[in-house]
Amino acid sequence: MSDATKAVVTTTYRAALNMALREALQRDPRVFLMGEDVGRYGGTYAVSKGLLEEFGEERVRDTPLSESAFVGAGIGAALNGMLPIVEVMTCNFSLLALDQILNNAATLRHMSGGQFSIPLVIRMATGAGRQLAAQHSHSFEGWYAHIPGIRVVTPATLEDARGMLWTALMDPDPVIMFENALLYNLEGELAADAGAVDIDRAAVRRAGSDLTLVTYGGCLYKTLQAAERLAAQNISAEVIDLRTLRPLDMATVLVSLAKTHRMVIVDEGWKSGSLAAEIMARVMEQAFYELDAPIERVCSAEVPIPYARHLEQAAIPQVDTIFAAALRTVNQHV
Amino acid sequence: MTPDPELARKLLHGMVRIRRFEEKSAELYSAGKIRGFLHLYIGEEAVAAGVMQALRPEDAVFATYREHGHALARGLSAGAIMAEMYGKVEGCSRGRGGSMHLFDAAAKFYGGNAIVGGGLPLTVGYALAQKMQQRTGLAACFFGEGAVAEGEFHESMNLASLWNVPALFLCENNLYAMGTALERSEADTDLVEKAASYRVQGKSVDGMDVLAVLEAAQQAAQFVRDGNGPYFLEFRTYRFRAHSMFDPELYRSKEEVERWKQRCPIAGFSARAIREGWLTPEMIAAIEAEVAREIAQAVEFAEAGTWESVEMLTRDVYTARGQTE
Repeated sequence: MSDATKAVVTTTYRAALNMALREALQRDPRVFLMGEDVGRYGGTYAVSKGLLEEFGEERVRDTPLSESAFVGAGIGAALNGMLPIVEVMTCNFSLLALDQILNNAATLRHMSGGQFSIPLVIRMATGAGRQLAAQHSHSFEGWYAHIPGIRVVTPATLEDARGMLWTALMDPDPVIMFENALLYNLEGELAADAGAVDIDRAAVRRAGSDLTLVTYGGCLYKTLQAAERLAAQNISAEVIDLRTLRPLDMATVLVSLAKTHRMVIVDEGWKSGSLAAEIMARVMEQAFYELDAPIERVCSAEVPIPYARHLEQAAIPQVDTIFAAALRTVNQHV
Repeated sequence: MTPDPELARKLLHGMVRIRRFEEKSAELYSAGKIRGFLHLYIGEEAVAAGVMQALRPEDAVFATYREHGHALARGLSAGAIMAEMYGKVEGCSRGRGGSMHLFDAAAKFYGGNAIVGGGLPLTVGYALAQKMQQRTGLAACFFGEGAVAEGEFHESMNLASLWNVPALFLCENNLYAMGTALERSEADTDLVEKAASYRVQGKSVDGMDVLAVLEAAQQAAQFVRDGNGPYFLEFRTYRFRAHSMFDPELYRSKEEVERWKQRCPIAGFSARAIREGWLTPEMIAAIEAEVAREIAQAVEFAEAGTWESVEMLTRDVYTARGQTE
């Protein structure tokens, strides 16, 4: 079958994640899902809907509101032959389990001299935009990407929502998967035979030659819209979706920079000490002389995300702010 | 419980081995051979030595940062532990863990956790996996009474009970969380009652009496093995030495320490074993000689060990690609 005639289905990011979970549970008896309201409720974001009925309470396991204990239990089960998928409702709540994630999941392998593997996947929702205020709207993926010993992935497309989970489960080390909550309703076409994808490489989502826009997760679509507006002004922007925040695929970023010599980084985390700062620093270290203009960053304002819609929107990256930063960058001549 | 001479010998040997190993460790610490923190178990030997006799090879053990005794009793070699404390690559954690992080996959010894209470959720998950895979073997977790103040204790008790997993909770109550006495940190100092509030059955045991420890651990382990869910044991014990090598011990009186030393588990058991005719003074002397030889060899092994090349620094942060378990 040629690509042109390849069968596709119209689906959503949520349904793609559900398919991935279902497939994982079907494929390997070691896989089980646990977390708050993953079973009878069907998942806070309805991602695990229908799985309890299909796989039963043993493998789709509702937990009490004990983030530290059930994340730690996931680590313990992973130490003992299982492939747990632990859902933490949002990354804001994951801080209650940070001790287990950092001091055990990320650390046990090295601290034991390589004796133990933790093949665990932790899924959590991230991001702002739904007027849920400061304790439900933050983006901690950049923080988690600071920690050696774990892998951090941020599926932004239907293909990645469908395909990253299995690859993450097959990874012998802990993987944290950040799902931007605004993406759950994202609709699009997905190959009917879509399956596992790599979790090593960044992807060029739009080719361009005048500047490189680096982003990931929920900001990908705003960045693509900004690129569209730039195109209307004859500015050709290349858009890179990092996909995996740790380890970073700098090679793909640097190949693009070598072509465009200009860069804007879009990251929903707070600017200070952000993932955007890390990418910027690496470009300085590895490709300083490729730059024809200073790198700009479009990040969240240094504020707890507020409730009121206009304030919330002002706090996070927007198409306008990305577009403006890109314009400044292409108009800089040193 | 009346032990036969072989069991009596095993129990005494287990306790003496821990005591002498730690005395040597303290000496080597003063000599600068061992660095970092060194938390001695001296005084509490009856707990590790007794409990471990009740466990089987298929069981898993999770321990604390005061775990030399648990590691030795579980069967890790004194040499591998000593080499670990020297920071040598021949150590049981390749020199990455030190005194607080002893591991041995073959012995199902899962460390060595220096976050108080941090091993409890791991134990619950490990035990859950045992149950889901229909395996025999329980998950045993040692922790101090200080851990009872952590949220993870309460979350883990609840989860273990709710899911009815084969977990054995072993609380070593040595009365002080570092320097804070239990009654100064807990509104209710009845630890068995706390476990019971999660419908985890439990019992308080004299942790200075190795036979009482063994008997309670056997009964508790049987309860768990029979599929009745988790069990909680509190061992009332006492640490004769300071919390670590940096502790001036301002929080307890010399008289109190002396009073507890009168209840030394090794001296007490030795005297009783002779009195009851389980062991002879010659047999006890032979145990001491055997242990002395083993520890001398352990020190030699550690001294002769090698420093891992610095190029290997980031090894084992992630599994090497292509490497399978």
